[in-house]
Amino acid sequence: MTARRIIPCLDVKDGRVVKGVKFVGHTDMGDAAELAARYRDAGADELVFYDITASPEGRTLDYGWIKDIARLLDIPFCVAGGIRSVDQAARCLDHGADKVSINSPALERPELIAEMAARLGSQCVVVGVDSRLEDGEWVVHKYTGDPDARRRAGKRTLDWLDEAQGLGAGEIVLNCIDQDGVRKGYDIEQLSAARARLTIPLIASGGAGAPEHFKAVFEQSDVSGALAASVFHTGAIAIPDLKAYLAGEGLEMRL
Amino acid sequence: MTEVAVIAYGAGNVASVQFALERLGATVRLTDDPAVIAEAERVILPGVGAAGYAMSRLSELGLVEPIRAFPRPLLGVCLGQQLLFETSQEGEGVDLLGFIPGAVSRLEPAGALPVPHMGWSRLTRDRDDPLLEGVADGAYAYFVHGYVCPDGPATLARSDYGGPVPAMVRSANRWGCQFHPERSAEAGAMILRNFLQVAA
Repeated sequence: MTARRIIPCLDVKDGRVVKGVKFVGHTDMGDAAELAARYRDAGADELVFYDITASPEGRTLDYGWIKDIARLLDIPFCVAGGIRSVDQAARCLDHGADKVSINSPALERPELIAEMAARLGSQCVVVGVDSRLEDGEWVVHKYTGDPDARRRAGKRTLDWLDEAQGLGAGEIVLNCIDQDGVRKGYDIEQLSAARARLTIPLIASGGAGAPEHFKAVFEQSDVSGALAASVFHTGAIAIPDLKAYLAGEGLEMRL
Repeated sequence: MTEVAVIAYGAGNVASVQFALERLGATVRLTDDPAVIAEAERVILPGVGAAGYAMSRLSELGLVEPIRAFPRPLLGVCLGQQLLFETSQEGEGVDLLGFIPGAVSRLEPAGALPVPHMGWSRLTRDRDDPLLEGVADGAYAYFVHGYVCPDGPATLARSDYGGPVPAMVRSANRWGCQFHPERSAEAGAMILRNFLQVAA
């Protein structure tokens, strides 16, 4: 069996973490590697670094900061944002990332998933999916990093999950954007539907506000991991306390 | 200071292995040079992705025989552990390095668990070994794999993922870790440190 994974997500711009991370106390949260080490020490099972501006701007990335993170971390980490070619993905891995997550570029050109899986192996290909309920159906959105660029991708979420898995994705992060930032809990219904459709690991994203939300999504949707940002960055939930609570509730956690 | 050659053949995340060894104070050489490998004090064979691609890369680089002939401690990591066996059922079938009898097969866990096996699983020791010294029985290690090695006398430690998963294997002074020690926190660091200290 595997322990349920607790995965903080850090937004990165030019190698710096941005947005409020309370335990540093400034708007510029400092060096991405430094914060990574803090989460490592707090017992995070994995980290995701998301380059928040890359995808909407369509620019090529300088992934030099990945190396700094890789030097410090002894837990796995994934990088996301603006990766649109196999070469870019390979460069991330060469710098020490364990996985790369692709979202909008995979929607534009789904074969990218297959190309990455063939050259790099499925195990490092994560497909991020931003999904919301519209007219009674879960549908995929793209360019969600930028409110002005964001739009429908023209796919139903469950269809896209099938397609991504069939093309060779090794893991799915399903970000339920109706829940995002609301802190009322993960979208249990949608995540359960996704879990039932997939044979690869599924990570829940969007909506975490309280320890009970993690318990609910692990118990009811049977996801492999739960990703969250603000509740960890603000200090609202401390990872050691969260993991101890979940273990006490009978979930397998790495303590 | 211990010197270790990490085989960089385009089928593995060598940077994270390099950094993990450097954190332990080792001198690391990333290399695809058969002569450097032949003379190394100890060798790490990393690997992710497809066994067929990995073997063809090793073959193109002229590394298969130097690895087979290497007399000092060698550690295969993840796909590198699988390459220690005879064959893999991946694709049409692939001949591997052949240190340990048996065929690597597709992971088909009971209970419809997700594949690949990705995440932190416990290590259960089958027998004592210098590489497991100081590693608590039941310690967690980070796994990512969709194929599994055959369970047999070479198994040192197992994990359970809808069936037994050989997590560490050994044949003479060739070891394998199915998990990623470089990404397995304290337990992984301890195993790498033990590998650096085992008599060369």
